[in-house]
Amino acid sequence: MFAFIVSRVLQALPVMLTVALLSFAMFAYVGDPVAIMLGQDYTEAQRTQLISDLGLDQPFFVQFFKFVVNAAQGEFGLSYRLSRPVADLIAERAPATLELALCAAALALAIGVPMGVYTGLYRNSWLSRFFLTFSLIGVSLPTFLIGILLILTFSVWLGWLPSFGRGDTIRWGWWSTGLATWSGLKALILPAITLGLFQLTLIMRLVRAEMLEVLRTDYIKFARARGLTNRAVHFGHALKNTLVPVITITGLQLGAIIAFAIVTETVFQWPGMGLLFIQSVGAADIPVMSAYLLLIALMFVTINLIVDLLYYAVDPRLRIGGGKGGH
Amino acid sequence: MRRTLLAAAALLGAGLGLGLGAGEAEAQQNRTVRWSAAGDANTLDPHSQNIGTVAMILQQMYDTLITRNADLSLRPGLATEWRTVEPTRWRFTLRQGVRFHEGESFTADDVVFSINRALAPTSNFGIFVDTVERAEKVDDHTVDIVLKIADPILPNKLASVYMVSRSWHEKHNAVRPQNTRAREEMYTVRNANGTGAFRLVSREGDVRTVMRRNEDWYGWREPDNTNANIQELVFRPIASDATRIAGLLSGEVDFVLDPPLQDLARLRNAPNIRVVEGPEIRTIFIAMDTYRDELLYSDVRGRNPMKDLRVRQALYHAIDIQAINRTTMRGFSVPTGTFFPPQVNGYTAAEDVRLPFDPARARALLAEAGYPQGFGITLDCPNNRYINDEQICQAIAAMWARVGVRTSVRAQPLAPFFAQIQRDDVSVYLLGWGVPALDALYSFQSLVATRNGAQGDGIWNYGRYSNPRMDALIQRMKTETGESRTAAIHEALRIYREDVPHIPLHHQMIPWAMRSNVHVPHAANNQPFFRFARVD
Repeated sequence: MFAFIVSRVLQALPVMLTVALLSFAMFAYVGDPVAIMLGQDYTEAQRTQLISDLGLDQPFFVQFFKFVVNAAQGEFGLSYRLSRPVADLIAERAPATLELALCAAALALAIGVPMGVYTGLYRNSWLSRFFLTFSLIGVSLPTFLIGILLILTFSVWLGWLPSFGRGDTIRWGWWSTGLATWSGLKALILPAITLGLFQLTLIMRLVRAEMLEVLRTDYIKFARARGLTNRAVHFGHALKNTLVPVITITGLQLGAIIAFAIVTETVFQWPGMGLLFIQSVGAADIPVMSAYLLLIALMFVTINLIVDLLYYAVDPRLRIGGGKGGH
Repeated sequence: MRRTLLAAAALLGAGLGLGLGAGEAEAQQNRTVRWSAAGDANTLDPHSQNIGTVAMILQQMYDTLITRNADLSLRPGLATEWRTVEPTRWRFTLRQGVRFHEGESFTADDVVFSINRALAPTSNFGIFVDTVERAEKVDDHTVDIVLKIADPILPNKLASVYMVSRSWHEKHNAVRPQNTRAREEMYTVRNANGTGAFRLVSREGDVRTVMRRNEDWYGWREPDNTNANIQELVFRPIASDATRIAGLLSGEVDFVLDPPLQDLARLRNAPNIRVVEGPEIRTIFIAMDTYRDELLYSDVRGRNPMKDLRVRQALYHAIDIQAINRTTMRGFSVPTGTFFPPQVNGYTAAEDVRLPFDPARARALLAEAGYPQGFGITLDCPNNRYINDEQICQAIAAMWARVGVRTSVRAQPLAPFFAQIQRDDVSVYLLGWGVPALDALYSFQSLVATRNGAQGDGIWNYGRYSNPRMDALIQRMKTETGESRTAAIHEALRIYREDVPHIPLHHQMIPWAMRSNVHVPHAANNQPFFRFARVD
């Protein structure tokens, strides 16, 4: 077990370095932060001074090396755009993104799994057909369009829910939460649906396909032959055995939800890390962009590790056979 | 199973229904204006960033020695009087009894400190004090500003220099504006202490900035401010155009500074929404590389067509500015033949004359210049800086193509665009220019003066246009006063018109959208003064 974790962490290091290098190389194309920081009026001397202050006159690999050394110590410098420490900015924005992503994932699971079970059990009912058609919308409509449509319906026409922002938040230590206030909860609904819809349909279709497969297996037939109730067969035996791939997908998708919250956060002006990233791109704010990309990479690596460990716990074959056979 | 699902759906529906009407209730709250724009101020430091998004927040909280009316004309601010003692020494009499929001008295020491802070190398406000040698305290309420050279437009410039408290900045270790070398955040990035009409209550960058009326502000007693009644200002930036407009339509926002043009028709027809519009002090034009012997981005080899006046005129004649006004800008532009609008000191209608739209003449001029088959060129363009900037470029590319100049448009976001043109890595480009000091010199000096490395001269002249007669006139504008200065400006405008260093297009018009019970007077610099605003 310990050796397993260590080997995984060692594998993660080159991944992180590669991400850092790629993102760093990319910044040559996002524009010149100096031009943006100087504004409309400046002298050549001010410009040269600023370039050397920021260390932008040094060779690429020197800049990269310094960046990696600082990043390893959690030091990302000051944002060019906001003149504030990058670590503070990300710490301020992370709770918003994490709350949104977790709520979206919870929503996707809470609705997607029952819908998948239902469509798996009653393949031909009209409700199943409706769910499947509906899931096509979730898969095919782009996120920003879903967000705008929800805003149009629930904010502009019906006036029920706020169209932007996070409502009132309460601070617990460094964590700010919108879950504890009424306006915060209301503000969460539309973005969470927008962000979770794709995952919801994905989970639904996945559970459905797995259910169909499991229901054909012999042990389900034996269970029925033993005279177990439908409920026990469906949930005690069938659903449980569909869960391994669902755990994998949900875990990996949680990373995707956090990373791709960018679009949802932009549409709803949700003050999370994704919005911070987009605004940083506009201003060529390299310290924030690199820190964000590294953080996302770190998160994917961690989630993958956790998912692997969960497999290890859920599937006894992995422990014995060393990975032979799959689900 | 079916029952569970129904229950879940019912729960969800109930959750949705409970928010009903909260938006309207908030709007009734004690004369609060909830205001939105696409971007937030990057900092609250009063001398760090000279850009519109910062000024629109700061000018609610900070005062200047000389300030502006809603129509941007000058009026006394923290200085009640000013006069020139000698050509290079101006004396300002300060208003008595003014206090900063945190209680400090406003005195001559604060003025000296503020001017010095604006003069600091890390200040972005150098252009407004470029002629200032130093500030001297005469007594507690009198200050002399000593100049390096006579400066006729000093009052215009000082209207942009915020007055700050010396003791407050010293206490918070913020004597100089933010230095990029610093590793730590400065106190002034998120805190403000001015003497202005509103005081800062709370600030969450990119999320929410709350300001409350400063009852002690001296200006409330002035006759044109007695109607102003805003108690609280809540600024919430919303980056997405569609969401910002949705917020206005749903009653969550009272005032939108930058509604997108394509939504205006809809907003006009919406009940309870009013759109006010006016000219902005920003002119959009096309500049050309008239310096290199061969253009970087063209298929003409061995010579630079843009050096030929006839080619510049041909490109000018080829542009149907009325079509751009009508379709691309939906009427929200004022076509012009010069490069700053009438509000700017030095403007004259006599020189604001366009070369007429005349494709036949354009083709003839191109043939005369030796390009009967036209030529190919790349037009560089930002796509998120000015109103419909990329669309303007595309329209122009089509118009130029019709006279034989095959134009490919390279449109980029502002960050890479400005980085590219500032390396002079460009042949023909679209640029917009605002004039915060409201004086012609600001435009001439930055855009058409020969680049010489001195503060401001030719710094935005990426086509490297150079004309000794123009340069001589610009030097006269810097020092002369009265009639002869005006004559110099008019003469320079004539050269600008005849020599076509740019192809001027239009002044931007800026619409503001607000709920119909909110009255904010339109300001041509796109920076609302809420001290003149009221809510019914």
